[in-house]
Amino acid sequence: MNIIICIKQVPETTEVKINPETNTLIREGVKSIINPFDMYAIEEGVRLKEKFGGKATVITMGPPQAESALREALSLGCDEAILICDRAFAGSDTWATSYTLSGAIKRIGQFDLILCGKQASDGDTAQVGPGISTHLNIPQVTYVKKIEEVKEGSLRVERMMEEGFEIIETPLPALLTVVKEINEPRLPSLKGMMRAKQAKIPVWTQKELDLDQQKIGLCGSPTQVVKIFTPPPRTGGQMLAGETEDVVGKLVELLKTEIS
Amino acid sequence: MDYLLTDEQKMVRDLARKIAEEKIKPVAAKYDQSEEYPWDMIKIIADAGLFGLFIPEEFGGMGTNVLNLCIATEELSRACAGIAVCYAASALGTFPILLFGNEEQKKKYLPSLASGKKIAAFGITEPEAGSDASAIKTTAKKQGDYYILNGLKHFITNGGDAQIYVVIAMTDKSKGARGASAFIVEKDTPGFTFGKKEEKLGIRASSTRELIFTDCKIPTENLLSREGMGFIVTMKTFDMSRPGVAAQALGIAQGAMEVAVKYSKERQQFGKSVSSFQGIQWMLADMATQVEAARALVYACAREIDAGVKDVGKDSAIAKLYASDAAMKVTTDAVQILGGYGYMKDYPAEKFMRDAKITQIYEGTNQIQRNIIALQLIKEMAK
Repeated sequence: MNIIICIKQVPETTEVKINPETNTLIREGVKSIINPFDMYAIEEGVRLKEKFGGKATVITMGPPQAESALREALSLGCDEAILICDRAFAGSDTWATSYTLSGAIKRIGQFDLILCGKQASDGDTAQVGPGISTHLNIPQVTYVKKIEEVKEGSLRVERMMEEGFEIIETPLPALLTVVKEINEPRLPSLKGMMRAKQAKIPVWTQKELDLDQQKIGLCGSPTQVVKIFTPPPRTGGQMLAGETEDVVGKLVELLKTEIS
Repeated sequence: MDYLLTDEQKMVRDLARKIAEEKIKPVAAKYDQSEEYPWDMIKIIADAGLFGLFIPEEFGGMGTNVLNLCIATEELSRACAGIAVCYAASALGTFPILLFGNEEQKKKYLPSLASGKKIAAFGITEPEAGSDASAIKTTAKKQGDYYILNGLKHFITNGGDAQIYVVIAMTDKSKGARGASAFIVEKDTPGFTFGKKEEKLGIRASSTRELIFTDCKIPTENLLSREGMGFIVTMKTFDMSRPGVAAQALGIAQGAMEVAVKYSKERQQFGKSVSSFQGIQWMLADMATQVEAARALVYACAREIDAGVKDVGKDSAIAKLYASDAAMKVTTDAVQILGGYGYMKDYPAEKFMRDAKITQIYEGTNQIQRNIIALQLIKEMAK
């Protein structure tokens, strides 16, 4: 089973600073980690590969320093890594990113499964995974919490819902986004770390991928970020205490007056 | 202080630290209380590849060295010395096979020890043979293709949980220390049973049991080296493993110091943090000095071993003596800095102090270490 895992390098802190002019993330000076949700995708990909054979290839689109995220993924058991990196890709929104990643996946060629984390901890959009499957025109199952069965040419998975879960069977190749319930990511091994340190990671640029100029980078991004801000913290609410009948009466009264 | 570690050594440190921080710290208090053997932690350490650090690649190890073993032990001990001792004691049981095993013995035992699928233990101590190892009473009588072992070993770390044991027994009592021999004994060998599990002051996650041999038949191919080499095997093993005990002590001291610094910054008295008081600052400064001195000794000694320096007995004794005394002092002061909270089990300070004590006692008490140092010193000066 050949698996492609898409990861993103994100700032470790939850208090991300934003460039007010470009409305993009300021990455300098903040420690970078693999998006925590992608760790589950890596683990699941490596487990599937270990069980069924084949190859787990990890890819990311990002600046040159994103190579360290790929090396970490290699130390966790991925076989190969590819960095997709070019100034031309800078400023990509989720649509342009998923287009670019799908271009890289086409270049990799044969694959059975694409795994992504359910969303990135910095942008929280959960759009890149579904975007890739759309560009590649393959089925997608989001929020997968368990791979129940791997059959010849298909998969049966459990998809997490707000309450309970769905069981979905999908033909392969397919794209899954996974939630943290799916596994417990392993720690790297020393052998893996040493292998990762020495691994050669190819960098694919626009030159290699030859993508439609109009669909990449800032100009390929239909998303217009008008403003990014931290919403003011909620002020404490008003607690109504007492007998139910009295409280309901007060509540109705308040709703009437507050709304008007 | 920068010890100019290589990339490989930093990798070992970072990996062991990650295991310690993410996996061991959260369960340290649990295992300290329950005294259960921490198999789940052993598996994590094994999967990371740390059991094979000092075992050559041809036998499934990482082919690195004693310094890496010390770095890993230090980092694990920072989180829980009990769990770290399970790891280090397996190395202690592995060294005799690595140093004195023949090709067949190495091929048979080292790969499973390197992968951590099996763990090892070393058995020399007996109820009446502690520091005086020549008083060993366990006997091994040759009968055809077998040795018949009879006797009792006690205070054996990993006893009962390890699958592979190196045991010292007398093959010729009339020769005293020169009549001792070393044997590899596998768990489940008929006639090999275990006594009670000891309840301990510290390192409670590790197991300590008696090994009981009653007409236990060991094939002659399990003899390490040759008859009469038991004490040489033991001394050379301890020379290699002693920096490991020193590294445990170092890790304990480092962990206790970190707890003390963190607490002293948070604890407010008289309207300010207690770390602003000179009385506390000086204690912290002494801790840092002792920890750093201990680390310098441990790393220097491990580097000597790795460089193949012949007689490291004195230097490894110096490292073990200093680091363990430093650990006792630093952990006691850490409890003091935490005051009443330091004495309570809700805070980790008291555990560090309990765990530290054993490092002054095992693998040669610090009094024995001083004997080793003094004798060697006098010998050197006589040249």
